[in-house]
Amino acid sequence: MAFDIGLALLVLGVGAWTVAARDTFAAVVGFVAYGLLLALVWVRLAAPDVALTEAALGSGLTGGLLVGASTRLRRAETRAVDERQPATLRLAAAVLCALVSAGVAAIVLLLPEPAPTLAPQAMVNMAATGLGNPVTAVLMAYRAIDTLLETVVLLLALVGIWSLAPDRVWGGVPGPRHQAEPDGRLTFIAQLLVPVGILVGIHIFWIGSVAPGGEFQGATILAAMWILAMMAGLVDAPAVSRRWLRLVLVAGPAVFLTIGLTGFAVAGSFLAYPEPHAKLLILMIEIPVTLSIAATLALLVAGPPERA
Amino acid sequence: MTEATLYGLCSAALVGVGLFGLIMHPQPLRRILAFNLIGGGVFLLFGAVARRGAAAGLGGDPVPQALVITGLVVAFAATALAVALLLRLFQETGRATLGSDG
Repeated sequence: MAFDIGLALLVLGVGAWTVAARDTFAAVVGFVAYGLLLALVWVRLAAPDVALTEAALGSGLTGGLLVGASTRLRRAETRAVDERQPATLRLAAAVLCALVSAGVAAIVLLLPEPAPTLAPQAMVNMAATGLGNPVTAVLMAYRAIDTLLETVVLLLALVGIWSLAPDRVWGGVPGPRHQAEPDGRLTFIAQLLVPVGILVGIHIFWIGSVAPGGEFQGATILAAMWILAMMAGLVDAPAVSRRWLRLVLVAGPAVFLTIGLTGFAVAGSFLAYPEPHAKLLILMIEIPVTLSIAATLALLVAGPPERA
Repeated sequence: MTEATLYGLCSAALVGVGLFGLIMHPQPLRRILAFNLIGGGVFLLFGAVARRGAAAGLGGDPVPQALVITGLVVAFAATALAVALLLRLFQETGRATLGSDG
C-alpha cells in the first residue's frame, strides 16, 4: 500500500509539473514520464494489457508526436509564455477545477457495493472464442463493433491530417527527408533496433490471444519501428497517394467489415463468428488489422504531406 | 482504503489538474498536453472501476479495460489531428496562439 500511495503521489506530481512547467519542451518530457508512471499504475491495477498500450501509445508514440511539434513550435511557444492570466482569474479557475475533482472523487467514493462486473460472463464464454486472454476476447468478440469502429476512426483522423496538405504538395510525401549518415548514431541504433523491434511487435501481437498483449500494442511497436527507420533515413516515407499504401491502410477495416457481414449468413448476426471457427476468423481479422493500424499510426505521426 | 479507491481518487485529482491547464494555458500545444492529462485521469477512473470488478479469478473486469485500450488509441488519433491542425496554423500565420485577434 505504501508503494501505491507513493506512486499515486508521483503521478500527481509529474502531472502537475507538465501543467506548471514554463518551457513547453520540458512539459512534453514530463508528459512522457507521466505516461510511463501511468503504465506502472495499470500494472498495479491488474491490467497489464492496458499498461502495455499506455507505455507504447500513450507515452511513447504520443510523446514522440508532441516532442516533434514542440520543436517546430519553439519560436512561437517562447513568445507566448508572457501572456499570463491575472491572479484572480487563475484563482477562480483553480477553485472550479478543485470542485470538478471533488465531484469525481465523490463518485469514486460512492461507487455501488458490491461492484458490478462482467468478468464472470467474460470468462464463461471465452472457450467459445478459442482465446485465452479475456481482454482480447472483449476487443475481438464481445465488443468487436467498438474495435471495428475504432479502426475506422483512425483512418478518418488520417484523412483529416492529409487534407491539411497545401495544394502544391497534395498527395505528396509527409515530413522532411532524413538523410542517413552511414556512421551516425541514429542510423546505428535504427539498424540494430528495427529488426529486433519488428520481432517484438509480432510477438506481442501473437501472444495477445492467450497473454497480455494484442493487436494494438503490437501495431504500436511496429509503427514505432517504421518511424525510427524513417527518422534515421533508412527508408523514406511513401507519397500518400500511392495505391499500395492506401490498400494497406484500408485492408484491416475492410476485412473486419467483410467477416462481420458474413456473420449474418453463417452465425445469425453482424460480427458473430460460427463457433468452431471463431479463433481462425479472429486471426484472419487481426493480422490485416494489425498491419493497417501500424501503418495508420506511423502516418499519423508523420503528419500531412510536405514534399511533392 | 483499497488500491482501487486510492487510484480512483488520484484520477479525480488528475482530471482537476489537467482541466486547469486546459483552460489557463494560452498555448494550444499546452492545451493538447493538458487534455491528454485529463484523458489519463479519465482512463484511470475506468481502471479503478475495473479493479473493483475483480471476479472469476481475474484481477479486474476485462470490459472496462478493453474500453480503455480502445480509448487510448482514439485519444492518440485525436491528438495527432490536433497537432497537425496546430502546425498548419503556425505554417499559415506564423503564430501558435488562439488569441482574439488571430
